[in-house]
Amino acid sequence: MPPNVPTPQPTKLAQAQRRRRWKNLLATPEAMPWSFQSEDPQIGSKFFTGLTGFAALLILAILAVILGNICYHGIGGVSWRFITSGTESDMFDVEKAGVLPMIFGTAARVILMTIFVIPIGVTTAVYLTEYAHAGSFFTRVIRGAVNNLAGVPSIVFGLFGLGFFINFVGQHMDDLLRPGAAEPLYGQPAIIWASLTLAVMTLPVVIVATEESLKAIPPGLREASLALGATKLETVLQIVLPQALPGILTGGILAVSRAAGEVAPILFTGAAYYMATLPKSLTDQFMDLGYHVFILSTQSPNVEKTRPILFATVLVLLLLTFTLNIVAILVRARMRKKMRALH
Amino acid sequence: MPKKTANANRSIGWMGLKRGHKARPVEWIAEKAIFLVSLSAIVMIFLIFLFVAREALPVALGKTDSAKSTRVIPVAEFDKLSPPELMEYLGLTAKQFKAMDKDTLKELMLVKVEAGAEAPNDKDAAVDTTSWSMMLKPYQWTGYERPEYIWQPVSEIHKYNLVPLFIGSLKATIVALLFAVPLALGAAIYVSQLANPKVKEWLKPGIELLAGIPSVVLGFFGLIIMATLFQGVFGYESRLNAFVAGIALGLSVIPVVFSIAEDALTSVPRSFTQAALALGSSKWQAAWQIVLPAALPGVFAAVVLGFGRAIGETMVVLMASGNASIVSWNLFDSTRTMTATIAAELAETVFGGHHYRILFLIGALLFLAAFISNMIADVVIHRLKSRLEGKA
Repeated sequence: MPPNVPTPQPTKLAQAQRRRRWKNLLATPEAMPWSFQSEDPQIGSKFFTGLTGFAALLILAILAVILGNICYHGIGGVSWRFITSGTESDMFDVEKAGVLPMIFGTAARVILMTIFVIPIGVTTAVYLTEYAHAGSFFTRVIRGAVNNLAGVPSIVFGLFGLGFFINFVGQHMDDLLRPGAAEPLYGQPAIIWASLTLAVMTLPVVIVATEESLKAIPPGLREASLALGATKLETVLQIVLPQALPGILTGGILAVSRAAGEVAPILFTGAAYYMATLPKSLTDQFMDLGYHVFILSTQSPNVEKTRPILFATVLVLLLLTFTLNIVAILVRARMRKKMRALH
Repeated sequence: MPKKTANANRSIGWMGLKRGHKARPVEWIAEKAIFLVSLSAIVMIFLIFLFVAREALPVALGKTDSAKSTRVIPVAEFDKLSPPELMEYLGLTAKQFKAMDKDTLKELMLVKVEAGAEAPNDKDAAVDTTSWSMMLKPYQWTGYERPEYIWQPVSEIHKYNLVPLFIGSLKATIVALLFAVPLALGAAIYVSQLANPKVKEWLKPGIELLAGIPSVVLGFFGLIIMATLFQGVFGYESRLNAFVAGIALGLSVIPVVFSIAEDALTSVPRSFTQAALALGSSKWQAAWQIVLPAALPGVFAAVVLGFGRAIGETMVVLMASGNASIVSWNLFDSTRTMTATIAAELAETVFGGHHYRILFLIGALLFLAAFISNMIADVVIHRLKSRLEGKA
């Protein structure tokens, strides 16, 4: 066989030249009209370092203002009674209304979601890091799909939950399991459908976090395990996954925190405006903290009067999602540090 | 022909069938199972589009017709109609029909004739408002001075023009990006290039905490606190408007733009900065003239993803934008966005009706917008990373 001599392709060369011209244009100070020119570079440097630092600080300040404001106005309304009582009398009653059913509903849907999303997310991450060939077609497509899933608007997940889980899966389950029943049991909004919708939405969160932690494990560990005669599956199950546990945990926590605050996907898939009792089965609807915040701030008969419970409910929701978030960030920061030390 | 080595056949064939799977069946089955589960992300993207588009398809293909039937039958023709026809015409159930005698039925027909005569203009009622041209082009409605874009899905004649919603979404998104992008980029440059490592360790997680605030809380903050504050400062008419919604929306865009831009800037090899510093540039010059141009595609991707996030965000705009579907480019007018329209109206629609299908159509359009911006960002980041890694 004659050796295949690569011939330079004129189109590629032209492309490269064009690209280089662009790069030169961008990299030469004279060509950048927006670049800062000064006699003494240090003065400009200080000014702009201050300016960008100010932007960073401003973001933190906004965050602090939001949190401070909610804490300041909400702390008075949060009491043991508020957290442990329901809404039997009137959900807008400042004296008697509580958030127990909402906390219960949010917790239940989030826990259910975790059961669905963690196994699938972790398995996908294991495939991507341990089994897949780095540049193969499937890897790229899976990664693209994961990125896309992360960018789908939350309201579209709500539509998907309604169109797929309730109107398709639920209705077919009704037809199959309870033929002739007048009232739909599965083909209506329910906590199980809301959880499944949220599981689809948080899948990328779990995959990305798990992948990061799997990559942080030094390859030496896997090689040692394989060298001792363990199979690939044994290595994954007994060496890699236990090591990656903190990362998987972080992914789970982040997913829970993201899902706990989401309202749009559950609007049509299970959240109830008002329910007299707590949900008893997977096919019941539920009350939700985030949805309750929405109701209190837009549909209250007297916004001024219900302000205290509104702020208190927001504070409870924030405490829930934020505590989880801070834990996840701390775990991840420690993991990154460990990873940097290893590499 | 060179002899093929034993390894040449590894991983060749669909799903690696030739890789000696007979020797370790459990391993082989486990690997394939893991592979199949990992396809779930692709399946989900596919299903989302399929099932959102499925509900929207009749409208998208023009198979629906919302024109109101204005057929009027004179009372004199009473005897020509068969009972079922009469029942359908008068909208009666069989039970009601049986309970009525001839005179009552004639009376009802007379009422119908009178109602038909009183209907303002048959021209509007005969229009199919679910056609593409009615959804996108202005139409001369009776009583209006000129052709207009109107979204009024619960009025006498359901008007489904999507243009007010497009404009509303764009307005809120543009305000959000104008507010969020400079702040987030400045912060990203500072954190990745200029801050000393100790400050960075605190600053980065701090800014990322903003992503932990649920959008319903940002909406609440915009609605209850920012709206009143801004109205006091700027003194505009409508308390809730695209400006307030855009700023609140910007707060949810900042973490997206920040973390992606920061990632892109950090992935520029440190040798770039070191070379610039060695040549006597200041830290800022190195960051602005060397690192930023090198990472420019990543920054672009960050902005594109921020756009996707802003246009798809629901609760913030639902609560803080005022939700009036007005065609106006004034930022201080109340606006209604695509996402808020779906969230506010879907619960009240008839399952399978025109309105329901059009809301799914808006959902499908949102999905496509997000999908396209994600694809662009994905390709751009991928190319940037491989280029920088090749250079490093």
